[in-house]
Amino acid sequence: MLAYVIRRVFQSLIVLLVVGLVAFSMFTFVGDPIDNMLGQERTDADIARLRAQLGLDQPFPVQYLRFLENAIQGNFGVSYRQGRPVAEIIAERAPATLELAFVSGLFAITFGIGLGVFTALRRNGWAANTIMTLSLVGVSLPTFLIGIVLIYIFSVELNWLPSFGRGEVVDLGWWTTGFLTASGLKALILPSITLGLYQMTLIMRLVRTEMLEVLRQDYIRFARARGLKDRAVHFRHALKNTLVPVITVTGLQLGSIIAFAIITETVFQWPGVGLLFINAIQFVDIPVMAAYLMLISVMFVMINLIVDLLYFAIDPRLRVDRTAAKG
Amino acid sequence: MTALARAWDSDFLYSFRRSPVAVVSFLVVVTLVLAALFAPLIAPHDPFDPATLNLMNGFTPPMTPNAFTGETFLMGTDDQGRDVFSTILYGMRISLFVGFSAVLFALILGVTLGLLAGYRGGWTETVIMRVADVQLTFPAILVAMLIFGIAKGITPVEYRDQMAIWVLILAIGLSDWVQFARVVRGATLVEKNREYVQAARLIGRSSGAIMMRHILPNVLNSVLVIATISLALAIIAEATLSFLGVGAPPTQPSLGTLIRIGQGFLFSGEWWILFFPSVTLLALALSVNLLGDWLRDALNPRLR
Repeated sequence: MLAYVIRRVFQSLIVLLVVGLVAFSMFTFVGDPIDNMLGQERTDADIARLRAQLGLDQPFPVQYLRFLENAIQGNFGVSYRQGRPVAEIIAERAPATLELAFVSGLFAITFGIGLGVFTALRRNGWAANTIMTLSLVGVSLPTFLIGIVLIYIFSVELNWLPSFGRGEVVDLGWWTTGFLTASGLKALILPSITLGLYQMTLIMRLVRTEMLEVLRQDYIRFARARGLKDRAVHFRHALKNTLVPVITVTGLQLGSIIAFAIITETVFQWPGVGLLFINAIQFVDIPVMAAYLMLISVMFVMINLIVDLLYFAIDPRLRVDRTAAKG
Repeated sequence: MTALARAWDSDFLYSFRRSPVAVVSFLVVVTLVLAALFAPLIAPHDPFDPATLNLMNGFTPPMTPNAFTGETFLMGTDDQGRDVFSTILYGMRISLFVGFSAVLFALILGVTLGLLAGYRGGWTETVIMRVADVQLTFPAILVAMLIFGIAKGITPVEYRDQMAIWVLILAIGLSDWVQFARVVRGATLVEKNREYVQAARLIGRSSGAIMMRHILPNVLNSVLVIATISLALAIIAEATLSFLGVGAPPTQPSLGTLIRIGQGFLFSGEWWILFFPSVTLLALALSVNLLGDWLRDALNPRLR
């Protein structure tokens, strides 16, 4: 167990170092920072001085180590386009993305599990069949088209919900939140559905398959034979046993929600980190791109690590299988 | 029995004929591909020739004569007076070209690396599969965006628009090779212990020849299925990137770029500029997807 944990943590560190190398190479090979910082009227002496001052005359490994040191302290330099420290820009925009990701995750889990149980119990009912067919279409639809369709229905035709922005936000000093105003909450609805729909269908299909599997087991038949109510059988016995794989998949999907937020944020002009990243790509703003890359990799690697360890802790059967397979 | 009749009677085509979903999606894909291929012959206007454009035709709704010029357009016109139907045909060309090329690129790269990893083993395998694992940690679309951003940074500004299509192919292809490599490696690990491979080795064929002539044909079935599903994913990835403004430039609009442009007219009531490209993209992605699903079942002997 301990050996596995150590090996897993070690692997995660290597992934982060590799991603760090990619991010660092972007600085080194994509454009010359000196070009970006000095104007037309520069002399060779100016260039040499700035080079020494920034440490660019040092050998590559030394520069890489310094980059890592700065990155760990959250220092990614200054955005080429906005002229402000990248850390500051990201800190300012992170609440928007995190609130959006939180609400869509909640939406995906609630409706995913709910509809999954429903479609499993009413396997051949027309409602369940309709939901399953719709979910197939939903998976094939690109995220941005879902967003546009929702905007068309609820903003253009019905005029119920706003089509862009966060609405009014309350500034808590270090965090801006849209949860405390009516317009902020209304603004969250469409983007959250757009972002969470794919994850919802995924969770729904998983819960449905697992439920159907579990409902065939003997202990369910015994529970019924004991005269337990349907409700108790379905939720206490069946659903509980489907949750292990659901937790894993949901955990892994959390990372994707934050990555796919890029698309949703663009459709709804949501002022989050994803929109910042897309604009950074359009204007080749390397410091912002590198910082986003590092940030999202830390997030992904952490989520993967935690899910792996959780899985390992929850399901004792796995321990045996893995050691047997490796050995 | 002629070869044609034998093919018609084969299991594969029999299951194709028996599946209405497969037949319909195949017809849709073929129609769209042909329409894209022969776009210059079919399109009533050349959207990239400013001489044929008339600004007076701007914002003509579909199938209604324009108030000034009296011209009628099947799917209306955009703000510049460009015929939407023609821009879709040309846009589909770019979408399909990028999709096919990206998948081909991913296929060649993934199959080669997968064969090498599976057949050679040792550190070759470790390096290739570690890189694959790291890349698989991140969603493909994110990897593609990043590659696009870096490549854009490296290209000099004056070539950026020209190179955008090739950069797009590179980005989507590089984000997708892992699927091929993993499956081919797995299949190679199984195949390389079979007698026919040992026999080939015994008569002294080189490892390259064994990989290409003996193992490759036996793993092609699964490669074909992944390629079809990858094609749907690549078309959607291209559309998404172009929609986000980090893909095909407005001078060479793909379906995604057209949707990006059309979104600007959502609130002003010119619905057709957005609607028709979206429906085309949907039809294309959905039918390729369904075809891939059917192919996976048809080529999987366990499901028969």
